[in-house]
Amino acid sequence: MPAMLDDAGLYRQLCRIRHFEQTVLDAFPKGIFYGTTHTYLGQEANAVGVLSHLKKGDLVFSNHRCHGHFIAYGGDLRALFAELMGKATGVCGGLGGSQHLHWKDFYSNGVLGSTAPVAVGAALAEKAKGSKATTVIFLGDGALGEGVVYESLNIASLWKAPILFVLENNHIAQTTPIELALAGDIPTRFAAFGIPVRALDTSDVQETSSVAGEEMNTLRKNGGPRALILNTVRFGPHSKGDDTRNEKTMAKLRSRRDPLKIHGARLTAKQIRNIEAEVKVEVAAALKQAQADPLPTP
Amino acid sequence: MPTVLESLNRGLHQAFAQDPRVYFIGEDILDPYSGAFKVSKGLSSKYPGRVGTSPVSEAAIAGIGAGMALRGLRPVVEIMFGDFSALIADQLINSIAKFPGMYNEQVEMPLVIRTPMGGRRGYGPTHSQTLEKLYLGLPGLRTLAANNLADPGELLRKAILEDTGPVLFIENKVLYLQPVLDNKALKDFEVEMHTPEGNYAPTHTLRLRGAPSPLLTLTAYGYMAELARQAMLRLAFESELFCELVVPSQLSPFGPQGALEVVLHHSIQRTSRLLAIEEGTYTLGWGAEVLARAAQVFPGQLKAARRVAAADKPIPASAPLEDAALPSVQDIVDAAQRMV
Repeated sequence: MPAMLDDAGLYRQLCRIRHFEQTVLDAFPKGIFYGTTHTYLGQEANAVGVLSHLKKGDLVFSNHRCHGHFIAYGGDLRALFAELMGKATGVCGGLGGSQHLHWKDFYSNGVLGSTAPVAVGAALAEKAKGSKATTVIFLGDGALGEGVVYESLNIASLWKAPILFVLENNHIAQTTPIELALAGDIPTRFAAFGIPVRALDTSDVQETSSVAGEEMNTLRKNGGPRALILNTVRFGPHSKGDDTRNEKTMAKLRSRRDPLKIHGARLTAKQIRNIEAEVKVEVAAALKQAQADPLPTP
Repeated sequence: MPTVLESLNRGLHQAFAQDPRVYFIGEDILDPYSGAFKVSKGLSSKYPGRVGTSPVSEAAIAGIGAGMALRGLRPVVEIMFGDFSALIADQLINSIAKFPGMYNEQVEMPLVIRTPMGGRRGYGPTHSQTLEKLYLGLPGLRTLAANNLADPGELLRKAILEDTGPVLFIENKVLYLQPVLDNKALKDFEVEMHTPEGNYAPTHTLRLRGAPSPLLTLTAYGYMAELARQAMLRLAFESELFCELVVPSQLSPFGPQGALEVVLHHSIQRTSRLLAIEEGTYTLGWGAEVLARAAQVFPGQLKAARRVAAADKPIPASAPLEDAALPSVQDIVDAAQRMV
């Protein structure tokens, strides 16, 4: 679990996710990986900002776009590369692949919204056990189309589950823009169930971290559930090469909403150079190790 | 003799008394109502902090049970009517049955989902079905069916306390008020019980005491096992057609881990004839798998193989139409007579 991070530490985490995901996307056409992937490019500040407030034993539930959450949680890069290659050394021995990760108290699943009741149940179990553990679940705007999410919000509120719903709104579900998929607005969806909700529209990890920290503290003190909406930008395709958005608009967003650029402004050029170089080495070494790892025997 | 309902209620109470990790979630389950079929009678009064009455949200309570099980509790979820299991299909297929396998056996899923199935009460097309066939064969899920031969409460208690994986526990609605048959009630039968090593779900074999060699193997589960037992008596006394009846309490997994295949094949060696009986619809059901497996094990040796099941259509609400759509003792007798 990452301890509270300073500016350089935050940048390093953003950078590790960015380099990992870029490596995955670049290497996929070369046949190094197997199956599919959904990269977290552009959304790095969400995972890093929220999960830098985890305490030991806290739970994280994630979705199909889970690599960033996993890395910010403290997951091992080699094990994640290996999982994407279907190797025996992968997070789940190659059985889960990109979307189905479990390590320590981290769980991800690939069916949108299906994790909501499971996370609420896990949070209620921790409450019943008196463990004081807090549960964080990441959902995307796409998951708001699934009925089970609303069932889960209702029961989470009724039964006071100690859970923070983090809604990452990247304004697109696969290729469908939010305007074609979502009626009304997002905050009132939570408010309707009596769940206190805050919303941010930022790619600045400090801003996200500061608000997420307040939310987590309040959750630990007063119980839950609570909700945090993070309006964000997905830089890459939904999966691989399936981006139907206007390239000009995307270029503008990539330049304005890049979490590394925004937070990098707080560091010296030398600090950035050093971190980038170290992360590059770390990611390359993890990739090399994973490539050398054995495939599982059937 | 206690009824199946009383036995199940006792099993739940024992599980709660024996393990503080047992929790119960369902709709309308609080006393004094205690659930649509009263299986949880007394539970919420005795254990108010461990019984949660939920909104009408089947998918969510199934998933909540999964989350609780992942984190070390032993939850039991009641789905009020088996027909509503359709609403939990995603949770069942893509989470509950999947997690241990897809997470490389790094998690356990000790969750029991109980639900009543079956017709004969005039509840109509969406409250009378026998749908477990949709979930049989789902890797990672054990499906059990209570009957009135084994102690159903004990089967439930073991599923809750001893299983490390998810269990779909099927209770037939008409079976609830049947007595659990004791030795006296079964005095006309020789009863063998087989429980495979490492499992807790028994398979029963019934033969008529002192009868000549059986010509036909019947197999059925749940309430259909009771109807098959009645048919067995009629066939013996009215037609001198003697049968063996094999009754599994575990429907899935089917293979060597379940007792059915082993016991069934011993029986088929004696009879060379197999009649599979179920309340689910006829096509692509449990009986089809039973017959297919027997055909593979005994190529060319099966002299007759048939199925009795519900008609492939919605279950009518009207009593005479419902009776005609669901398999009866007479249907079993007729099918058996055509096989010899």
